[in-house]
Amino acid sequence: MSTEPGALEAALRARRSQGGKAMVPYLTGGLGDWQAGLAAAADAGADAIEVGIPFSDPVIDGPVIQEANDRALADGITPLAVLDELGRLDIGVPLAVMTYYNIVFRFGLERFASVLAERGVAAAILPDLPLEEAGPWAEAADAAGVETVLLAAPTASDERLGRICSRTRGFVYGVGLLGVTGVRDELASSAVVMAGRLKQMTDVPVLVGVGVGTPEQAEEVCRVADGAVVGSAVVRRMMDGGPAAVGELVGRFRKALD
Amino acid sequence: MTMAEPVGGRFGDFGGRYVPEPLVPACEELEAAFRSAWADEGFRGELNQLLADYAGRPSPLTECHRLSEDMGLRLLLKREDLNHTGSHKINNVLGQTLLAVRMGKTRLVAETGAGQHGVATATAAALLGLECVVYMGEVDMERQALNVFRMQLLGAEVRSAVSGSRTLKDAINEAMRDWVATVESSHYCLGSVMGPHPYPWMVRELHRVIGDEAREQCRQLLGSDPDVVTACVGGGSNAIGIFSGFVDGDAALVGVEPAGGAAIGRGVPGVVHGSKSFLMQDEHGQVLEAESISAGLDYPGIGPEHSHLAAIGRARYESVTDDEVVAAFELLSRTEGIIPALEPAHALAWVSRARGELAGKSVLLNLSGRGDKDVDQMMGRLAVDASANGDDGRSG
Repeated sequence: MSTEPGALEAALRARRSQGGKAMVPYLTGGLGDWQAGLAAAADAGADAIEVGIPFSDPVIDGPVIQEANDRALADGITPLAVLDELGRLDIGVPLAVMTYYNIVFRFGLERFASVLAERGVAAAILPDLPLEEAGPWAEAADAAGVETVLLAAPTASDERLGRICSRTRGFVYGVGLLGVTGVRDELASSAVVMAGRLKQMTDVPVLVGVGVGTPEQAEEVCRVADGAVVGSAVVRRMMDGGPAAVGELVGRFRKALD
Repeated sequence: MTMAEPVGGRFGDFGGRYVPEPLVPACEELEAAFRSAWADEGFRGELNQLLADYAGRPSPLTECHRLSEDMGLRLLLKREDLNHTGSHKINNVLGQTLLAVRMGKTRLVAETGAGQHGVATATAAALLGLECVVYMGEVDMERQALNVFRMQLLGAEVRSAVSGSRTLKDAINEAMRDWVATVESSHYCLGSVMGPHPYPWMVRELHRVIGDEAREQCRQLLGSDPDVVTACVGGGSNAIGIFSGFVDGDAALVGVEPAGGAAIGRGVPGVVHGSKSFLMQDEHGQVLEAESISAGLDYPGIGPEHSHLAAIGRARYESVTDDEVVAAFELLSRTEGIIPALEPAHALAWVSRARGELAGKSVLLNLSGRGDKDVDQMMGRLAVDASANGDDGRSG
């Protein structure tokens, strides 16, 4: 177990210690000019960026991210191509990859962890790898200095949330509602409750995602949480308007949180 | 060996519970609820009563005299096709639906490929007064329009899965997405021995009745276990059900996969839909789309216990082509007067091909479903075959 926070956690703690709230957008690797999208998001004030590695069967994702996955896969993107590209880019903020466990399992756990570290990727988020199954991956990631971000959901008991908070690295990813990723008209009350429960039990940064789709919703949840993860809204912008539109949207989230 | 409860949800190296965090407590709750129900004589009695009075169990064992003579072996069919709703699926569904009621759930979510599991789930939901939503791939809805209508008649809502290959694997994705959102009120009535723990174990236990009955019936008829027990395998529930009666004996166990969806034949270990098992995937870990004549077997994965049985050598897995399946479908219809579903026709296709190896042996085949649902599809296919052969369709 490492005691020094990794690059992702350090950045999120720094934002919090300045009295600020963290903005973490998500973009799908391989979707259009995604490299420029990452740069635009960083320039617009993202504290860190989640980069999706497309998977054929994304069970926690709603229609927008499914479509992004399908498009990127149809364009021939591979996990290694995403990682190699991340190694070449200089985005200036910590990066976390988000993908499903089979991608990592097929790649090889140790190999995946060491490639992340070599390419300068700080963290990994694997939404279908819950605490009980995370052991072998988390060990490989720890050994390579990669932070493993765990999800926490409204259905968990306090006892379970406590175990998740002590094993997560980087931040704890509070799931804002019971459902797949996607933009909703209103922030679910469960998002604020989730943030409050997590804040009570951990000093690790608490970010909430899933169902946080507008600057107003991000501002609302960040009255309690340390930051917000915004996925589908950003990906939608990327598909409709490209990197410039991503920058514009991230800028509006930044402004709402400042 | 016996088929015990998997330790920590694992069958050797396979199984587990690889689900999004919101579903972990639901899986834990389900595991505890099933363990308690399965140990409760009241629950077992209620289920057995439904299996007898409603589903029509025990299902008979039929000896195929004409076909046995033709093939030079002794072929016995376990007649799951004679159950209410026309397949073995009802065993699992009645158990899970009773369990859902016991857990206070008011809504069932299910996936279906050929529609057999969807029809069974819609049936049990109607019987016990639950709301029911069935996800089905758009392609399968076209192939199995009759079963779509059946489910609707039974009061279920059928939703099409339009992502990916638009077949069974995508219907499972959609059902899991639904369950993530509705986990507090819904029970996910998974239709095979796959998915996260406790499903592979629970669904096996609910289908164990097939093997238990068959073993007793074989002992009465043969005085012993059969030499070979065979069944088709997609996810693998009917095969696990019949294998479970014989796994601790000497019978050879043979699972038959479609060539276009052969998880063990063509796959390597992977993780999808909640468990680690053999999986057809590319070198990057993207799941491949299965393609076979049978919607019910169009699945790139397989239940984890099958992977384990293959890995330890207790069962072997063969694959057959669509053409072999069509020939077997016709063979059983003409020789024994039984129109099988395309799924168990896979097992018969293997028996037919392996008749030399099987000469003189007793072979128990799980006839997991009846072929009514496939008649329309086969009418089209056989008409095309006939015209391609210059056949006017009246001869032969």
